[in-house]
Amino acid sequence: MSKATVEIKNADGLHMRPAMLFVDLASQFDSDITVSNGQSSVDGKSIMQMSMLAATCGTKLSIQAEGPDAHKAIDTLRHLVEVQMFNEPAPARRTQ
Amino acid sequence: MEIKKGIAVSPGISITKSLIIDSEDYRIPRREIDPSQRMMEVQRVRNAFNDAIRELTELEGAQDQAGGGRIKDIFAVHLRFLRDKTLRKKITVMVHSESVTAEYAVSTVLREIESHFANIKDTYISERAADIYDIEKRLLRQLLGHKRADMERLTEEVAVIARELSPTQTAGLDRRFVKALATDAGGRTSHTAIVARSLGIPAVVALEDLTEIVHSGQTVIIDGNRGIVIVEPDQETVGQYEQYAREYNELGQRLDAIREKPAVTRDGVRVILLGNIEFPDEAEIILQKGGAGIGLYRTEFLYLNRPTEPTEQEHYQAYAETVRVFKHRPVVIRTVDLGADKFTQSKRFAPEPNPFLGLRSIRFCLQNLTLFKTQLRAIMRASVLGQLEVMFPLITNIQELMQAKMILRDVMEDLDEESIKYNRDIKIGIMIETPSAALTASTLAREADFFSIGTNDLTQYTLAVDRGNELVSTLYSAADPAVLRLVSMVVQDARKAQIGLAVCGEMASEPEYIMVLLGIGIRTVSVTPPMIPEIKQIIRSVTMKECNSLARKVLGMNSERQISSYMRNAARKVLPEAF
Repeated sequence: MSKATVEIKNADGLHMRPAMLFVDLASQFDSDITVSNGQSSVDGKSIMQMSMLAATCGTKLSIQAEGPDAHKAIDTLRHLVEVQMFNEPAPARRTQ
Repeated sequence: MEIKKGIAVSPGISITKSLIIDSEDYRIPRREIDPSQRMMEVQRVRNAFNDAIRELTELEGAQDQAGGGRIKDIFAVHLRFLRDKTLRKKITVMVHSESVTAEYAVSTVLREIESHFANIKDTYISERAADIYDIEKRLLRQLLGHKRADMERLTEEVAVIARELSPTQTAGLDRRFVKALATDAGGRTSHTAIVARSLGIPAVVALEDLTEIVHSGQTVIIDGNRGIVIVEPDQETVGQYEQYAREYNELGQRLDAIREKPAVTRDGVRVILLGNIEFPDEAEIILQKGGAGIGLYRTEFLYLNRPTEPTEQEHYQAYAETVRVFKHRPVVIRTVDLGADKFTQSKRFAPEPNPFLGLRSIRFCLQNLTLFKTQLRAIMRASVLGQLEVMFPLITNIQELMQAKMILRDVMEDLDEESIKYNRDIKIGIMIETPSAALTASTLAREADFFSIGTNDLTQYTLAVDRGNELVSTLYSAADPAVLRLVSMVVQDARKAQIGLAVCGEMASEPEYIMVLLGIGIRTVSVTPPMIPEIKQIIRSVTMKECNSLARKVLGMNSERQISSYMRNAARKVLPEAF
């Protein structure tokens, strides 16, 4: 088992498109992936459950992976959330 | 046994099994199923998901070529939801544990998710509720679409029950087996009412929550004379209603006896009594009932229930077939009156916020010239086969009429160039169905060969009442002094200009209105075909003197209530059985 806590850094939070990217990536791994916001834990491969977490910018999520590729899954997902930021702008650079 | 009271909109009595049609546009009522049907219902859920995925994948593919990044993302997200096993599981578990229909489970589960999103503070995320709503509608369309396809292959007689029936739904009904209609919403001139009357089957509307009380397959009595629907009647009630039905049929037979007789008042004034049709096969009913021609040939049926526009040949065949049957009798074809329906709205990315004041009818045609010209060409080609006339709907000003006529002239020139024959002197008329057209009738009369007053839309636009909205439908009445005054103005302007004039709205099909219309000066009326004998009987029972004095009295009255009760009493004296 492998786990990590990540912070949502893109301005618009975990809305539909980021949730889709997360689920698509998570689904590439054999490990079971669970994501929790402290109140509820959901299946990281279900877009319905992930989007219902409604994680806004600044929310901390803990990701837990269990299975043969757990370690790699956590690293890759953390990269998507915190480094790539779902290819979306951070609040400071947000243009309206 | 449960008795529901609504508004009677088409006469007759039917005792048959019910068939409920739900619509994705309204809340799906909770309906329980037999536990033995659960596996089948779960399979329906799976099929709906798979078909929705297929449909969306196709749409996404089409979008690729257009290259809209934002829209592509939306499709991609919706597809992930449809493939989400936990979502599908939630729905099938509900079908299993609560023994409810697939439609109800889909709608309930997705609405839970929707409200979860809608309650989130962050607006960017809460707006995602709209995506879930879209997914819900897409799945329901699949589930209900399959059911509708089944409806086109009925094998036994049924009474169709729905929240409301759209033109697309009624066009798809297998009319050999549909014996009655009943809807929760609607009023006297709703689409359901018009279709029922033209088919000659009983209908009751404004029943509020009927769809939540009835289950498909239960026996229902639909009493289109008294506006009553009885769910699962007891033996005694059934017997009583069988008696009513017999008596009603006898009245019909007596009226059929005057079929060959002319529509002439007792003091010798001749009235031209025509029929309105919605589908070509109703033309036959006009002749059977003793009508003198078609005063309103609606052409929307050609566009409904199909993914593509009808071809010129399809238009031509529909018109030619009818005109050949009617030979020298008049056939007035109204150019397509689309709008506020699935055909025009589904082509838009977002539906119009207020379609009845939007791009509908002649406005839609003037902005879609290829579609308009295709129809006009077919009408002109058919014009050599009989006495065809053409009529433009929803004219609101003289420019629209001039523009429509100019396009018709273009079409004629094209036909000339191709040496195709047509009637150069075809009569060109317009519907008077907006207050603006009624108020400027004297101007419009210079450019039109005839007027046909469409009282349904005229009433709706004059009184600012949506006739399909049961919350305000009681305000909708052609007996309102405002409507009667407009009609009377149009009569005077048409007379001054010496052009033709008819009334083709539902008003003419109501026994209580006919005396007033004659008194105002109308000599041509076009009514729903099954009403022809009754209207003829009234015409044959009155004198112009009586009608004139009735019209004078009514035009001097100031309230709708006073006018309608006065008219009703006058007509009741003439034909008591009709009330």
